[in-house]
Amino acid sequence: MTLNMLLSHLPALQVVVPLLAAPLCALLRPRHLAWAVATLTSWVCLLISLTLVAQVQAGGTLRYTFGGWPSPWGIEYVVDLLGAYVLLIVSLIAALVLPYARRSVEREIDPEHHSLFYTALLLCLCGLLGIVITGDAFNLFVFLEISSLSTYTLISFGRDRRALTASYQYLIMGTIGATFFLIGVGLLYVLTGTLNMADLAERIVPLAESRTLHTAFAFILVGVSLKLALFPLHLWLPNAYAHAPSVVSAFIASTATKVAVYVVVRFIFSLFGYRFAFDQMQLDWVLLPLAIIGIFTASVVAVFQENVKRMLAYSSLAQIGYMMLGISLDSVTGLTASLLHLFNHALMKGALFMALGAVFYRIGSVQLGQMAGLGRQMPWTLGAVVAGGLSLIGVPLTVGFISKWYLILAVIEQGWWILAALVLVTSLIALVYMWRVVETSYFQPRPAGAVIAGEAPLSLIAPTWLLVLANLYFGIDTGFTIDLAGSAAAALIGGEP
Amino acid sequence: MIKSDSKPRQVVRPVITRLLMPYILLFGLYVQFHGDFGPGGGFQAGVIFASGIILYALTFGVARARSLLPPDSLQPLAALGVLLYGAVGVASLFMDGHFLNYSVLSSDPVQGQHLGILLIELGVGITVTAVMVLVFFAFFGRDEEGEV
Repeated sequence: MTLNMLLSHLPALQVVVPLLAAPLCALLRPRHLAWAVATLTSWVCLLISLTLVAQVQAGGTLRYTFGGWPSPWGIEYVVDLLGAYVLLIVSLIAALVLPYARRSVEREIDPEHHSLFYTALLLCLCGLLGIVITGDAFNLFVFLEISSLSTYTLISFGRDRRALTASYQYLIMGTIGATFFLIGVGLLYVLTGTLNMADLAERIVPLAESRTLHTAFAFILVGVSLKLALFPLHLWLPNAYAHAPSVVSAFIASTATKVAVYVVVRFIFSLFGYRFAFDQMQLDWVLLPLAIIGIFTASVVAVFQENVKRMLAYSSLAQIGYMMLGISLDSVTGLTASLLHLFNHALMKGALFMALGAVFYRIGSVQLGQMAGLGRQMPWTLGAVVAGGLSLIGVPLTVGFISKWYLILAVIEQGWWILAALVLVTSLIALVYMWRVVETSYFQPRPAGAVIAGEAPLSLIAPTWLLVLANLYFGIDTGFTIDLAGSAAAALIGGEP
Repeated sequence: MIKSDSKPRQVVRPVITRLLMPYILLFGLYVQFHGDFGPGGGFQAGVIFASGIILYALTFGVARARSLLPPDSLQPLAALGVLLYGAVGVASLFMDGHFLNYSVLSSDPVQGQHLGILLIELGVGITVTAVMVLVFFAFFGRDEEGEV
């Protein structure tokens, strides 16, 4: 098989490589071997994603049909700008989380479960990549289930017994979400007789008045909103993030909700069409208030959390609100801001959760009180927390600033000054909750009798700081991300039939 | 649940199980390998096959079923089924087709389609059987040695 042929099969390999590496991991009993396979797989995935981005930028949308069945009948994988961009986010985070995982997993998970842990992690990666790359609505549901089921397992690996309840809670909510999504897809299938997204998009145009179509739209949107934890469907998220193993928190916080946001964007803009969604279904009247309430309440609740992971989980809810706010503005700038924030938020939350994982590695807790005085004992780890926090707040020269800047631009473009003020105020609330961590860890003495924590091992610090540096780099040289997000947004809104 | 001390009085269940089990397993295999001509396929076959084993476990005790199919061997089997499925796809990649294009597996496309779907469904069948039985064992608890 020549290189050129290999390149033409990349869309399939993007999903097939982790899918086949996962059972391989389950067969490998020596746990370091399982880790090595998983890490190698994640790097191969990153390489494939980077190549796909380059291919799409050079030659436009890629299509890959499975089994030689032509597209409306067979399953088709489609990589357009948006898809390539989200694939890159997911595999980039995976490629950084897995080298980090070895030491952290050794500390937090029973040795006999290591192989299965990496199997579940790879399946989750496979599911997330599959959701993004597939061009088939039912296939998307299958991948949604693959990623969700493996996520429930991953969360239940948490050291704390509360991880089991958190996982169960997520299982119930997630299953309801997936069922709603499937009902919606079923209705679309009844209506049009096709599951291929591009085909669906064409066939539903004359059906805009159909009640069935409206119902399908509502079911799909509610189902995915459960998955992306849109206020008020967010109740599963804080527990899931807080009690999952550190590696899992870092991975799912920076990928799973992003992929769910991608699904919303894909269905609104590529499938239903944004004119249908916003003009006929008045989606902005639903999304906008929910996004605003979500941003505000989650930010305020975050201030009062004692568990820092839970605090960041609430902060994630607020960030999801920003993304939905951008989408509900129904403009190219707004969508650009949302897509930009997908990438940027993955960088900042990845860095923060990984730094907290390093704290947990040393002191076995992420309670705020236990972290008092850690700043001097773990300078690099807490340094990463501070840098990630600055990015979260949106200080200039970080990616957070770029996201907020574009979001505020988009809001002002609509003439909604109050909303722009709200974004600034909630950034200040982020400052409050991040400051609590900084204040406790730097300006309070280490409690008497507390363990003296050394710096975390290099294999934890290095990936964390790589993400921190990415936070700074993409905050200064914004060309790559803005170009990708901007042209993806323009293609989505301009590409309307 | 019937306690183990009441075992000697059990006649009907073991006899019926011994009578039915071969047919259940055989029917499982029939559904498995007839799947490309008629209704059936790997998933259904896997469930039928696993239900035969579950019936055995319910009648003769989980401990004996565990020694028949040790959970340690079921887990690799579950993984192997998926790998078999994937391997067929990768094989078709190497034979110049798209992923899972069975036509290229043999010089005659129809033969290739037969071979491909047979292997794929076999992979599905193996994994479904293994996972069904594993789930059943898991519900009975890992450490329990006693009988049903």
